[in-house]
Amino acid sequence: MDRSERRTLSSITGKVIMALAGLFLVVFLLVHLGINLLLLADDGGRAFTGAATFMATNPVIRIAEVVLFGGFLIHMMFGVGVSIRNRRSRPVRYQHKSKSETSPLSKYMLHSGIIVFIFLVLHFIDFYFIKVGLVAPPAGIERHDFYHRSLLLFADKGYSAVYLVGFLFLGFHLNHAVQAAFQTIGMNHSKYIDGIKVFSMLYAIIVAGGFMTIPLWFILFR
Amino acid sequence: MIFTLKIWRQKNASDKGGLVTYKAEDISPDSSFFEMLDQLNQQLIAKGEDPVAFDHDCREGICGTCSLYINGRPHGPLKGTTTCQLHMRSFRNGETIYVEPWRCGAFPVIKDLIVDRSAFDTIIQAGGYVSVNSGGIPDANTIPVPKLDADTAFDAAACIGCGACVASCPNASAMLFVGAKVSHLALLPQGRVEAEHRVQKMVATMDSLGFGNCSNTYACEAECPKEIAVTNIARMNREFLAAKIFAEKEKQISFTL
Repeated sequence: MDRSERRTLSSITGKVIMALAGLFLVVFLLVHLGINLLLLADDGGRAFTGAATFMATNPVIRIAEVVLFGGFLIHMMFGVGVSIRNRRSRPVRYQHKSKSETSPLSKYMLHSGIIVFIFLVLHFIDFYFIKVGLVAPPAGIERHDFYHRSLLLFADKGYSAVYLVGFLFLGFHLNHAVQAAFQTIGMNHSKYIDGIKVFSMLYAIIVAGGFMTIPLWFILFR
Repeated sequence: MIFTLKIWRQKNASDKGGLVTYKAEDISPDSSFFEMLDQLNQQLIAKGEDPVAFDHDCREGICGTCSLYINGRPHGPLKGTTTCQLHMRSFRNGETIYVEPWRCGAFPVIKDLIVDRSAFDTIIQAGGYVSVNSGGIPDANTIPVPKLDADTAFDAAACIGCGACVASCPNASAMLFVGAKVSHLALLPQGRVEAEHRVQKMVATMDSLGFGNCSNTYACEAECPKEIAVTNIARMNREFLAAKIFAEKEKQISFTL
């Protein structure tokens, strides 16, 4: 085995790890969306608070949360790593802008990823840090009361706008990401590739649209 | 026809280089892109200037020698063709045409529009072959190959190694080229024997040469003059993962005298 083979992780291995971490996050998003949609139930937050309490206390979920943070970290680290290597591979750039046809928004995965990351940071400050006690909750709201915290945030038009933009970009990210992850793990095949592409787009629309429904609902109907 | 050409001129590998503007006049719509450049070069030679250096050989789209990044696309605006098959009727009269060399750290510019693509040869030398060590010539059809496999392998083998995939990729990744080479051998029984070893060696060599990572934009597939499909990249990824997970560890053999 020569030195080139003993080098750090191979490009394909790194990308497969990133894709698998991404697909894990894809599953997580559906769970999160399911719980958030309970906010729309007109029951004074009983269903939502019940689900939130379950997520905050169930020991299996406690362990899953650590795995989830790991998934986010791995996905972001490899994403940034891949982007840096990719930038270095073309030290002198073209004078004319590329006119090559590409998969929609696939060139801007780092950009959409960074916007989603910024949203994630805000989300942590607004919820997770309050829950673990790093940030003081706003006046009149108890530390574990996610329901009233959400209502307060969605009452703010500015926050709702940030939320909508964040999920719009998450939708762009997912539309390419889900089908690209299957390609990376080697699942691109004449038999089912069209199915995967449709699934990827539907998933992106359902998840981004689902999350975006919540602030829109509050703006329009509450 | 009349064109304004903005051509990348660079004296040698260490020169910084830059775009130089030329006027091309009296160009027949039926002349090929290279005939147009030949015409320009004749004018430059007549004026005592250095002609534009560019790669070309067969001029019939089968050798993979020609390159050129024309108006933001490798091999110009036509789909499924090489630059030598491109004719001036594919451009508007009076159009400004940017002509640049392939851009990739692994493909350094030698002069003007010529880049050194020997990185591809290095990848092929790492495993893009079938070892035949002894024996006479076997009868044709001794080894049966299913028609579908033969066709799929042939589609991948159509790769002429021109490097348009690397040139068009936003990450200058060589995954379509390596994917095509890995696929066309892995699909055939003769190539299957060394498939596990081949894919690992070729990917490791590709990585060591400084090509970027694939981010599945599929610009390569859109620009490939031989229309090689990205399913070949997925097949390489499958082959690579299977080899990494299931292949036996190779024995280290050292020779001592």
